[in-house]
Amino acid sequence: MSDDAMTVLRLEGLRKSYNVGQPNEIEVLHGIDVVIGRSDFAALVGPSGSGKSTLLNLLGLLDQPSSGELYLLGQATSAMDDAARTALRGSSIGFVFQFHHLIQAFTALDNVLMPLMLSRGKPDKLAVQQARELLAAVGLEKFANRKPNELSGGQQQRVAIARALITEPALLLADEPTGNLDTRTAAEVFELFHKVNRERDCAVLLVTHDPRLSAACDRTINLVDGRIESDTLNQPASQQK
Amino acid sequence: MTGVFGRLWTEWTIAISFLREGRAQSLMIAIGVAVGVAVIVFVTALIQGLQVNIIERTLGTQAHIRLLSPDEINQVLPPAAGTMQLLLEDKRAQRLRSINNWQQVSATLDQLSLLTAVSPVVSGPAFARRGEALQSVVLVGIDPVRYQKIIPLDDYMQSGQLRVGANDAVIGSLLADDLGVQVGNKLRLDTGQQNSAVVNIAGIFELGVRELDARYVYLDLKQAQALLNLPGGITVIDLTVADIFAAEDIAAQVGRLTSLQAESWIKTNAQLMNALTAQSLSTNMIIVFVAISVAFGIASVLSVSVVQRTREIGILRATGATRQQILRIFLIQGAVFGLLGSVLGSAASYLLVWVFNTFGPGLFFIPIPASLLLMAMLLATLTGILAAAVPSRRAAALDPVVAIRYV
Ligand SMILES: Nc1ncnc2c1ncn2[C@@H]1O[C@H](COP(=O)(O)OP(=O)(O)OP(=O)(O)O)[C@@H](O)[C@H]1O
Ligand SMILES: [Mg+2]
Repeated sequence: MSDDAMTVLRLEGLRKSYNVGQPNEIEVLHGIDVVIGRSDFAALVGPSGSGKSTLLNLLGLLDQPSSGELYLLGQATSAMDDAARTALRGSSIGFVFQFHHLIQAFTALDNVLMPLMLSRGKPDKLAVQQARELLAAVGLEKFANRKPNELSGGQQQRVAIARALITEPALLLADEPTGNLDTRTAAEVFELFHKVNRERDCAVLLVTHDPRLSAACDRTINLVDGRIESDTLNQPASQQK
Repeated sequence: MTGVFGRLWTEWTIAISFLREGRAQSLMIAIGVAVGVAVIVFVTALIQGLQVNIIERTLGTQAHIRLLSPDEINQVLPPAAGTMQLLLEDKRAQRLRSINNWQQVSATLDQLSLLTAVSPVVSGPAFARRGEALQSVVLVGIDPVRYQKIIPLDDYMQSGQLRVGANDAVIGSLLADDLGVQVGNKLRLDTGQQNSAVVNIAGIFELGVRELDARYVYLDLKQAQALLNLPGGITVIDLTVADIFAAEDIAAQVGRLTSLQAESWIKTNAQLMNALTAQSLSTNMIIVFVAISVAFGIASVLSVSVVQRTREIGILRATGATRQQILRIFLIQGAVFGLLGSVLGSAASYLLVWVFNTFGPGLFFIPIPASLLLMAMLLATLTGILAAAVPSRRAAALDPVVAIRYV
């Protein structure tokens, strides 16, 4: 089966073991087969310890599977070296973590620009303009020059989302992006993801423990003990709005 | 921005903001480096100043190279084939004799660009007599214009003036004391050659070297030649060179060229050179050990910083930083520690030297050449990069997944 233009990510028998070759070797993912489409807005759910973060790190090319293959935009990734994986990650994947991982030494604007700075060097006017627009899109145009510790948790998470979007990635991965926020802020951030998915032609896969949020996604992938137990399309409640 | 520089811009920016964020830490290690660099620069400048001073003083009163007639040796016929030779040889006494063909040799030497001055001299032993007082002296017949370029006698005149010829002589201050003479007095000079002359003391010099001040009597070439019974001859050709530390090589070269015996100041002052070498060695030891401790200081601060920034390294990796970029970010920090520290340290050492030159014992002046400061900065920066190598590699090797989870 070959990937068409509508597929962002395809996993074939993806397995992951920790402590390979040691007495405490443990397989966490036991063969995952999933296809994520261009415009998917999917939730990855499952009990704690089921392997959600592990899977997300593999999808984001931060980690390497023990076996199986991962096709990102049609390219097989298992044989790539670190530089190639980093380049692919930089150009096509955006990350958002639970603990709004920003670099404290930089302003919100510079944090948003970071992926571009790392791949292209000094950002040009256009890039800065783009970053400001993204900050505006997440409602933070007035906070561009604040350092992360001068922002609230929700604001920091929005900066992280803006940063994940600056490279115009095909896939946005978020590991419990709202886990650290109060219910209202969580809902706002979640809505932001939804907006991104609709408006920016960007597939979103987010890990969440909140059943209300996962129900609001178009698709729910349920991971239990390292296996996909169910993969269902939800009633497109959001589209009815 | 293009190319490598454009790439490095990002690493530089991140490194600098990391340093600025850990301002107190950065400042402390920079001061640590500064102290090290200040010590290195000050000690180096001090020892260099001292050595230059000593060498200048030594060379102020002697030629860099002296050319002498080769020693006279016994010619021994080689033994016939198949026979054995038992040899009982008395070394020949070396009489005072002139350098063969010296005008031509001197003219040839004048052409050599390696040499800055050539001065033929005739010198030999004599007695100086005044009344009952008798002193053994060295007669030195000179061409004052040429000789001045070897030893600037004019600078050392204590009284009278530098004037030889027409029965005028210039003598050392200790000799003048011993004989109780002053400028204008007369002095009888006796050589073993049944020659003697009465000369007029035109000037008295003080070179500050006991041996010379107590024994040297400068005459005009002609008069000395007559007294020493070497009409038209000279015994020594004094030379100076531009690069004093090349004197040994140049001496060998000139020796081969002229078939004369060439002695460089380095050989005649072997003791001094030994002492200076030992001194340089101990300075180098100090430099090496200070540099090592500076390197360890930088390495340990950066090691701590890598641990502190584990999470940020993970974030950078997740947002597209390669291992090489992480490596460079920390190498740059090491380089900046070295550079910043050496700039501060150079300024401090400049101040130290200024204090020493202005308020110190005033025995000699310490110059700080710009090249020394430049070298120190370059060395400190390189040391910083080298010291950063181990922590940087550790930062680059961090597993991004582990780093991100790190709290
Ligand atoms: N570095 C590691 N070494 C060994 N085991 C690990 C490692 N990382 C994770 N695991 C194990 O893998 C399993 C899956 O962990 P993972 O972090 O993916 O779970 P999760 O689904 O994200 O859980 P949570 O909802 O609590 O975040 C767990 O049993 C965990 O103990
Ligand atoms: Mg998790």
